[in-house]
Amino acid sequence: MEGLSPDIWVAVRLTIELATVTTVILLLVGTPIAWWLARSRARWKEVAATIVALPLVLPPTVLGFYLLVALGPNGPGGAIAGLWGARTLAFSFLGLVIGSVVYSMPFVVQPIRNAFAAMGDRPLEVAATLRASPMRAFWTVAVPLARPGFLTGAVLGFAHTVGEFGIVLMIGGNIPGKTKVLSVAIYDYVETSQWREASILAAGMVLFAFAVIFVMTSIEKRAARVGND
Amino acid sequence: MTEAGTIEVAFRGTLGRFVLDTAFTVPARGITALFGPSGCGKTAVLRCIAGLRRMADGFCAINGTIWQDRTLFRPAHRRPVGYVFQEASLFPHLSVRRNLLYATRGRVPAAGSDRIGFDEVIDLLGLAKLLDRSPRNLSGGERQRVAVGRALLSQPELLLMDEPLSALDRLTIDEILPFLERLHDTLSLPVIYVSHDMAEIERLADHLVLMRAGRVTTSGPLAALQSDPALPLARARDAAVSLDARVEAYDAAYGLATCAVDGGRFLLVPAPPVAVGEHRRLRVFAGDVSLAREPQRQSTIINSLPARILKAAQLGEHEVVVVLGLGAEGTGVHLLSRTTRKSWDTLALAEGMTVFAQIKAVALASARNRADG
Repeated sequence: MEGLSPDIWVAVRLTIELATVTTVILLLVGTPIAWWLARSRARWKEVAATIVALPLVLPPTVLGFYLLVALGPNGPGGAIAGLWGARTLAFSFLGLVIGSVVYSMPFVVQPIRNAFAAMGDRPLEVAATLRASPMRAFWTVAVPLARPGFLTGAVLGFAHTVGEFGIVLMIGGNIPGKTKVLSVAIYDYVETSQWREASILAAGMVLFAFAVIFVMTSIEKRAARVGND
Repeated sequence: MTEAGTIEVAFRGTLGRFVLDTAFTVPARGITALFGPSGCGKTAVLRCIAGLRRMADGFCAINGTIWQDRTLFRPAHRRPVGYVFQEASLFPHLSVRRNLLYATRGRVPAAGSDRIGFDEVIDLLGLAKLLDRSPRNLSGGERQRVAVGRALLSQPELLLMDEPLSALDRLTIDEILPFLERLHDTLSLPVIYVSHDMAEIERLADHLVLMRAGRVTTSGPLAALQSDPALPLARARDAAVSLDARVEAYDAAYGLATCAVDGGRFLLVPAPPVAVGEHRRLRVFAGDVSLAREPQRQSTIINSLPARILKAAQLGEHEVVVVLGLGAEGTGVHLLSRTTRKSWDTLALAEGMTVFAQIKAVALASARNRADG
């Protein structure tokens, strides 16, 4: 890959970092939310589910706008940034992580929630009658049984974070090594007529998307086979 | 209020539009069957006992320990129950061995005086060949046997079984029932067994709780309920009594086992080879017992015993169901006889009279077909 400008690799690394951190956070935050959505009988849980699902429908720029306000100097993000003497969380890696978590949340929560719901009460009841505390039942029964949901959620969350553009542009800007991720970089190369770089990145993304869909289909197929037995 | 040696439960409340108002006290030993039509609340009661369902107005005490009352509710995982669900519900992501050892977190429990040992369970349920397989590759009957073993290895003080055979086909049921009978004979663990199949109950139960529409209609020892002409059991077309017997001798030439019931009385029972000393349950249908005033010397019937008519009740227009106590004084176990009202009148039978019970057929309860003898 000689002849490629080093800032491509900076962008690739930054993108992978962002997607990895976001996915890990989403699994940690999304799992309890998915568990609650799958198992609660609270009447307003569908309201909560709708809020989680909003990014599916909202234009990324709208979400980006609100995030920008929230992360900015006058929002809660600014107050948090003040803790280490910064003025704002916008235009920082941390800001991008927060934005990505919000944006990719439904893609992680939905498959995990479905997996928990599909499992039903029975395996947990069985675990309880075998003296397993709710915590032990969760880790030794619910999580292993929902594994396809976790895999799907993680792959989707990662892929969507890699692909986001509107929000990054709104709250991240275009700072090399800090907030300039792949999708923005492609846009940048096109703007400056660097077609070679743009097409290499674009082709790379096509391969990536192909791999993602292929992996997802395999996960679902395997899950279906397991479920049928 | 609560005593050791009993299982005492009372649950009152609504489940959707269904009203459950159930209370019974049964001995904390042997198999107690909860019997009633589908949807009468049997499973709900079992779930309440296990703590899987919480009924606000509930009481549950097992062997002197209170699991639930007005102020206390032990969650399911703190109740020493074993629960066998209608479908085996094995954990598909664990091997048979790891399913069996789930409750002990993988530790193999050693046999002890008051513990159920791993090898004992493997042996009792015939699981040795299945241990390293995945539950996905087991037949329905094998899965249910593993589920029973898994429940036993959680070292329960009470085993709850919710129609464990109803999801299985006839052949598989016949494969599993002997295991349950062995369980009954070997372990002293009390069992509450939900069923809507009288044949299963005749084979397994010692005690019976009859339910209808969320309520308990009657409860008592199986034999007492079977032979109470006021209850639907004795009035059913296929009414029968179950007798616990000990094999005293086996005549291979004629394929007949001599079985002692009720101390000194013997019945000849056609049976496959059985070992002397074994305890087997016999079943005698009311329709297979006829009455005679004199002993019949020349007859193909091989079981003819003196008995006293304890009670008789008219059954429809033309039939009478008769409760007999074996022995001239009628002090032995009870049998049922169904006879026509014409015979009853012709022979001038009456309550308190000593007659001869001609038993056309008596079979091991575990034999599937009624065999004439």
